[in-house]
Amino acid sequence: MNLHIDWGILWQESPTGDGPYWQLLLTGLQWTAATALSGWVIALIIGAVVGVVRTAPIRTLALLGDAYVEVFRNIPFLVQLFFWFFVLPEMLPKAAGDWMKQDMPRPEFITAAVGLGLFTAARVAEQVKSGILSLSRGQKNAGLALGLTLPQTYRHVLLPMAFRIVIPPLTSEFMNTFKNSAVALAIGLTELTFQMKQMVEYSNQVIITIFAVTVLYMVMALAVNRLMAWIERKARVPGMIAGGGK
Amino acid sequence: MIEINKVSKWYGDFQVLTDCSTSVAKGEVVVVCGPSGSGKSTLIKCVNGLEPFQSGSISVEGTSVGDAKTDLPKLRAKVGMVFQNFELFPHLSITENLCLAQEKVLGRSHAEAMEKGLKLLDRVGLKAQAAKFPGQLSGGQQQRVAIARALAMDPIAMLFDEPTSALDPEMVNEVLDVMVQLAKEGMTMMCVTHEMGFARKVANRVIFMDRGAIVEDAAKDDFFGQPRSERAQTFLSKILHH
Repeated sequence: MNLHIDWGILWQESPTGDGPYWQLLLTGLQWTAATALSGWVIALIIGAVVGVVRTAPIRTLALLGDAYVEVFRNIPFLVQLFFWFFVLPEMLPKAAGDWMKQDMPRPEFITAAVGLGLFTAARVAEQVKSGILSLSRGQKNAGLALGLTLPQTYRHVLLPMAFRIVIPPLTSEFMNTFKNSAVALAIGLTELTFQMKQMVEYSNQVIITIFAVTVLYMVMALAVNRLMAWIERKARVPGMIAGGGK
Repeated sequence: MIEINKVSKWYGDFQVLTDCSTSVAKGEVVVVCGPSGSGKSTLIKCVNGLEPFQSGSISVEGTSVGDAKTDLPKLRAKVGMVFQNFELFPHLSITENLCLAQEKVLGRSHAEAMEKGLKLLDRVGLKAQAAKFPGQLSGGQQQRVAIARALAMDPIAMLFDEPTSALDPEMVNEVLDVMVQLAKEGMTMMCVTHEMGFARKVANRVIFMDRGAIVEDAAKDDFFGQPRSERAQTFLSKILHH
């Protein structure tokens, strides 16, 4: 076996016109980070809302929340992306569909970020719901008994504790957004895995390329992990065992 | 002040409350006792609308609790409640626990809420713990904070739902002392409790419940002197045995 490893390849000009190969990968890294981070923000907002309504005493809303989770959790993310990218524009009124196809800025990125956000929101909603349900019923009663409205009780009493409890599973979901963003190569987003394929094709340096990309993904995952660990430390409640003791 | 009239409640087919009627006058201290599962806690939670009921009526200072048009948060803000498991908010410091509803519900300024909170904390003997978190206090201390938190809303009446049942024996008295003091100051109180010593000391009336019904509703001395119902007699002989 003859492994031809030449690290110098990273500084060679790529034929795509994007500068040297390292720059090709850097562009990919930026799109991956942008997609994952915007997707995560969308997922947190929608996931929190859906998770809350699934525990609220308004039946229709709770059912809608359940339906959301089932739909977005049970369909492969790749299929969802294809739907948003290829099918949705055809289903919309003609003007809106044409706008999506022709005038929407950076359509691959927006579709990937929103699609990833909606997909991950279902999983966040599941975590938020289980966090709320893990709190004793008495907490809600205590909030209400003080005269807080139900939304105020959620805002000031239930959610602050529920989110603290689900920080560990949310960390996994956050890391998943980076990994899942690779699926967006299928709709042509020049994210990291897309660039990896390009570099392999043009340079024939499979090992170096995959090694470099692997390191980049691991660095991003580690950064997320450290960030969430920092948040967990900051949010620790004094005197609570679950938060790591006194 | 609190009028409970023929209240019945079902969980599915199971009837938890049957035709319960009683009242608590202003300044009165009423103790509700009875075996576990007799509906005492359910009844007291109906008073501030934490538990819905299917028939009968409850009014607090003339406001009907079961009425769909009633502004329940507004009514609850006027009626303090203390729970068996304290239910302080663990992520908030003691002072934040005391201030939250004062600011969000009554619209008091933070300074005003703090002043009120610290005064009450001092009254329950816990001023030194102001900056701590609930998880750093003992059960008895937490329950005293919970009482202070309810008092901070300037309630017209206080509901106690087995306030000492979750406490270690040596902490029961520190909580009862606060309640006795409150009763002596003329607070209207409805207390679900097994502490018959407390009932003897400050109660005006004792209500005995069994299987979801009010079996006996008597002045304190009559209740302890000669309970009319056999079930109340058996209950008393069991818990006053020691």
